[in-house]
Amino acid sequence: MSALLGLPIAQVQIQERAGDSCIATNGFCPDWIADNFDRYVDPFFEHVFLTVVSVGIGFAIAFSLALLAHRLRWTFGPISAVTQVLYTVPSLAAFFLLQPITGRGNLTAIVALVAYTLFILFANITTGLQNVSDDVKDSARGMGLTDRQLLWRVELPLALPEIFAGLRIATTTTIGLATLAFFAGGGGLGAVIEQQLFFKSNVVVAGGLAVALAAVFDLLILGIQRLSMPWRRVQLAT
Amino acid sequence: MGQAETAVDLEFRNVTKRYPGQQEAAIDDLSLKVEAGEICVLVGPSGCGKTTAMRLVNRMIEPTDGEILIDGASVGERSRSDLRRHIGYAIQQVGLFPHITVAENIATVPRLLGWERERIEDRVEELLELVSLDPKDTRDRYPSQLSGGQRQRVGVARALAADPPLLLMDEPFGAIDPINRERLQNEFLRLQQQLKKTIVFVTHDIDEAIKIGDRIAVLKKGGELAQYASPAELLTYPADKFVEDFVGADRALKRLSLQRVRDIDLWKTAQVRVGESTAEARKKLDDADLPLPMLVDERGRPLGWLSERSLSGERVESDLRSPAEPVVELDDILRDALSDLLSHATQYAPVVDQAGAVAGVLSLEVIGRFLTTADPENSPTGVDLVADELDREPDAER
Repeated sequence: MSALLGLPIAQVQIQERAGDSCIATNGFCPDWIADNFDRYVDPFFEHVFLTVVSVGIGFAIAFSLALLAHRLRWTFGPISAVTQVLYTVPSLAAFFLLQPITGRGNLTAIVALVAYTLFILFANITTGLQNVSDDVKDSARGMGLTDRQLLWRVELPLALPEIFAGLRIATTTTIGLATLAFFAGGGGLGAVIEQQLFFKSNVVVAGGLAVALAAVFDLLILGIQRLSMPWRRVQLAT
Repeated sequence: MGQAETAVDLEFRNVTKRYPGQQEAAIDDLSLKVEAGEICVLVGPSGCGKTTAMRLVNRMIEPTDGEILIDGASVGERSRSDLRRHIGYAIQQVGLFPHITVAENIATVPRLLGWERERIEDRVEELLELVSLDPKDTRDRYPSQLSGGQRQRVGVARALAADPPLLLMDEPFGAIDPINRERLQNEFLRLQQQLKKTIVFVTHDIDEAIKIGDRIAVLKKGGELAQYASPAELLTYPADKFVEDFVGADRALKRLSLQRVRDIDLWKTAQVRVGESTAEARKKLDDADLPLPMLVDERGRPLGWLSERSLSGERVESDLRSPAEPVVELDDILRDALSDLLSHATQYAPVVDQAGAVAGVLSLEVIGRFLTTADPENSPTGVDLVADELDREPDAER
């Protein structure tokens, strides 16, 4: 009920600014969108920034942890458990809880977002490494590849499908979670949504941009994946 | 290019491998020598430690006791990766790297050894031809685009890439269908004829062992060496009940596949021509092992067995009792020749040389005598058989 009561006030404000009946009825207003589109540009790039930096840092950490777990098997359980716990912390809570330590702003947002990517990326990278066939590893060792050569020349290339799958899930998830980053003062498209939470056109544009961003990133990673695995293309073709 | 390193000899000296927590040893005090350029087949039932024994050579597994010597030097003294780069390694599942091309797969060890690019490219080409694959067609393919037999060949080429003097092969033809398997075995033996590597070959198939091996080591459960001998010796004098059972109840017949018709004493036959005097023909019959005259044409080729009536006149007449069927060749494997006799339900058949002229008669009795008297010491091996085939028909079968 309180939302309904609040509605007329919001409408009046918007009407004053744009003087349009579409806005008055809280519809989907192309004219308004065209006039106001520049207000989304900065939040959009903030969103891109948050995503790229978080996934990038998350990947670097998860990759290192995965190599550690691959080399020292006993570390797999503990690392897995910690990343899983981080993953289950409600995101809103994380954005608030971190503030006393890291303050308001990008840093807090990124720390929280990175924490969420770890579990997905770590699980996928280690699964990829584990899926490499024993025959291939045996023949590689038998030909005199050292452990390091085995890892970089055989195991990691063969783990790429799982690694890329992890990256795609992590990226899409991060784009979604980053719409809440404004709670930590991190900006992004969530901030614009919150500014006029009940104005349809605004929510549609900001939300649509987030979805489009996720789709573009997903296609981009998929493209890189195809390019980096020519042997897979051949398999699909035959 | 090619034979950079000559073959080496290999020795197991009192090697024991015991896995922690297991009562029975995997390998128990194994001592055997493989001469340079020979194929040593390790054969036995599953769990006999044959694969373990092979993997000890390139230190994929470390022995609990004893040592393995290559040309007199213990393998334990070399670094694992260096040792392995100088020992060819081929396994049943092949283990080709799926993410790189055939050429890159073959180039694995040469790259590790730091060969120059051009040398590697030449070598890849050479090896693909060596294993009967078309370099142009195959080099840029990925393993997933090859058939099982082709993959196996690439696996062998990869193992040979840096021209190692010693090769380890673990059931390399195990996963191939019987027809292609036989082909690959023959090709492999021909290859070995050119390369003369020292080879340790693991199989569970006694027929493959007999065909491939210069020497066969039969292992029994618990990694104990039951017998180490040439194929013919193994078949003629199995050391104990275990070996006897393992080589099979048909071991006498198996020996037939190690021998050619030319290697045994054939019957002499009376060869007569149309128009020859009957008296002379009868004299020939007296010298022959078989009381039947064989009619031959002017070049000595068999036409058929003559009847009594054809010798009744003054001159030999062409009156055939039965046609000369089957005709066996001197170069036939004895087992195939016997099978020919049996399938024609006959006791004997003329044997012809390469020109097609009669050289003697093969009979069931002759084969029987061979089986009871032959000396295993002088029996050829599968490698020998393929070798003289190679001498005879240089461009045979592709």
